[in-house]
Amino acid sequence: MRSDGSQPAPLGLKVAAACGLLFLHLPILLIFIYAFTTEEKSFVWPPPGLTTQWFAVTWNRPDVWQALSLSVRVAAISTAVALVLGTLCAAAVSRTRFFGRETISLLVILPIALPGIITGIALRSAFSLAEIPFSFWTIVLGHATFCVVVVYNNAVARFRRTSGSMIEASMDLGADGFQTFRHVVLPNIATALLAGGMLAFALSFDEVIVTTFTAGQQQTLPIWMLEELIRPRQRPVTNVVAMVVVLVTLLPILAAYYLTRDGDQIAGSGK
Amino acid sequence: MTPAVSFAKVSRHFGSVRAVDMVDLDIVPGEFFAMLGPSGSGKTTCLRLIAGFEQPTSGSISIFGERAEGVPPYRRNVNTVFQDYALFPHLNVLDNVAYGLMVKGVGKAERHKAAEEALSLVRLPGYGARRPGQLSGGQRQRVALARALVNQPKVLLLDEPLGALDLKLRENMQEELKSLQKALGITFVFVTHDQGEALSMADRVAVFNDGKVMQIGTPEDIYQRPKTRFVADFVGSSNVLPPDFVQRYSGQHRWGSLRPESIRIGRAAKGDGVAARLVSTNYLGATTRLALDADGLRLHAIVPAGAKLPREGEAVMLTFNREHLHLMDEPG
Repeated sequence: MRSDGSQPAPLGLKVAAACGLLFLHLPILLIFIYAFTTEEKSFVWPPPGLTTQWFAVTWNRPDVWQALSLSVRVAAISTAVALVLGTLCAAAVSRTRFFGRETISLLVILPIALPGIITGIALRSAFSLAEIPFSFWTIVLGHATFCVVVVYNNAVARFRRTSGSMIEASMDLGADGFQTFRHVVLPNIATALLAGGMLAFALSFDEVIVTTFTAGQQQTLPIWMLEELIRPRQRPVTNVVAMVVVLVTLLPILAAYYLTRDGDQIAGSGK
Repeated sequence: MTPAVSFAKVSRHFGSVRAVDMVDLDIVPGEFFAMLGPSGSGKTTCLRLIAGFEQPTSGSISIFGERAEGVPPYRRNVNTVFQDYALFPHLNVLDNVAYGLMVKGVGKAERHKAAEEALSLVRLPGYGARRPGQLSGGQRQRVALARALVNQPKVLLLDEPLGALDLKLRENMQEELKSLQKALGITFVFVTHDQGEALSMADRVAVFNDGKVMQIGTPEDIYQRPKTRFVADFVGSSNVLPPDFVQRYSGQHRWGSLRPESIRIGRAAKGDGVAARLVSTNYLGATTRLALDADGLRLHAIVPAGAKLPREGEAVMLTFNREHLHLMDEPG
């Protein structure tokens, strides 16, 4: 007998749940609506009129394109760096035993547990100590610290589920290290890497705190938005960009969710 | 004749643990060789040394006369059937079996044909399109076997391949492996902790304990003429008799062994035998196993079903044919 399906939830609980969901999502909806408002200096409710002109305005603003392009490039490179480093690290931690293995595992995960402001200050002082000028690469470095964690976590979980004797079986059947990686390891961790990579991309794309410490004068998209909120002109442009950001980050996260769910089924069917 | 596999003073140490300790053995080409021993006795490490997953700490290994130290697993003409089968979950059965040929660069049509043949050999024709996850344990076992055999190895290594199967399936598989080995003529090296399996399948058995080979011989040798107390006890639970006891019957002060089925149970105080007391009886179907206490020495006897048995606690007289008392190499 399943009690959860047969009995309706009490009304109070339903109302509370609805309120919770509204509280979480109504502000996002509000952002979307303000993207269509005719009032450009401040946000007033209800919007005095609706228009789609801000999409065209946004399209023609070069600063938006610069920020967007910087963000996409940073996210792509950070994700690529994280994929390589995170996978290698996960393979080492889950496949071999060595002195300090648990410590390394903890140290890899630490950047995501630390407040971003600590990571940011630490990186900034490290950069100034080493006299490294702020550049595209300092942002990538900052983002890679937490992107690696996401990839690592996904890869480590998948490595633990794949049988170690599969690699030995591949070698036994005549495959060298590279062939084994290409034909056995990669197909088994591919979905985990894709999921980890997408999460890493999304995290990097809307990161603000670490970026403010490592970007110098450059503007990634989230930082551009923060600056834009202070200025009293063409406000709805920010909202249009916000909509794009929501879509760009939400889609990979949804895809990652579905991919790892399927991945579980694949890994489970081998048992 | 060049041995299929030859170990000369081979040791493999893991830190201070001597997993394999000064092992010498020669495996004859075309034989069914079993490595028998309790868990942790070094038998699986020996198998991994032949496969190339482990390298010896000292000593030398040769496979068909070629030195094997430093040769990686993928350059050895040896294939393994793993204990957990280690099938690739992302490939279907046919591609699993064809894997070895695929990495060697054999064309798709040719390798699929060879894989189909290997699947017929293990009586799984037409299963190629399935995923390993859709097969039963026994079927996965056969796929693992086909995947190893398709490469036509000179030596096939089997790491407790029947361990995960239920009793009935295991018995069938034992017969099948044996006849497959006869038909193919490939050297099989089989690791097991099940003495019955080793005795019934192998041409020769090596008994391992604590990283050392205790005895190598035919199943009959091992069973009838154990050299050490360990072998006598581990292979078929023989009665191990202390030197003082053995001296009374053989005149020699050495450890001896006596098979449980060699002991006859008689009435107390009749004839000259060993006075004992029946401690317990254990009904096993075809036979009954008796635990006896002969003045502090615990003995076991096996009598056929239907024999008239004394009651538990009753005094009995044990007799045995002196020829059945086997003297072991171990001195007292």
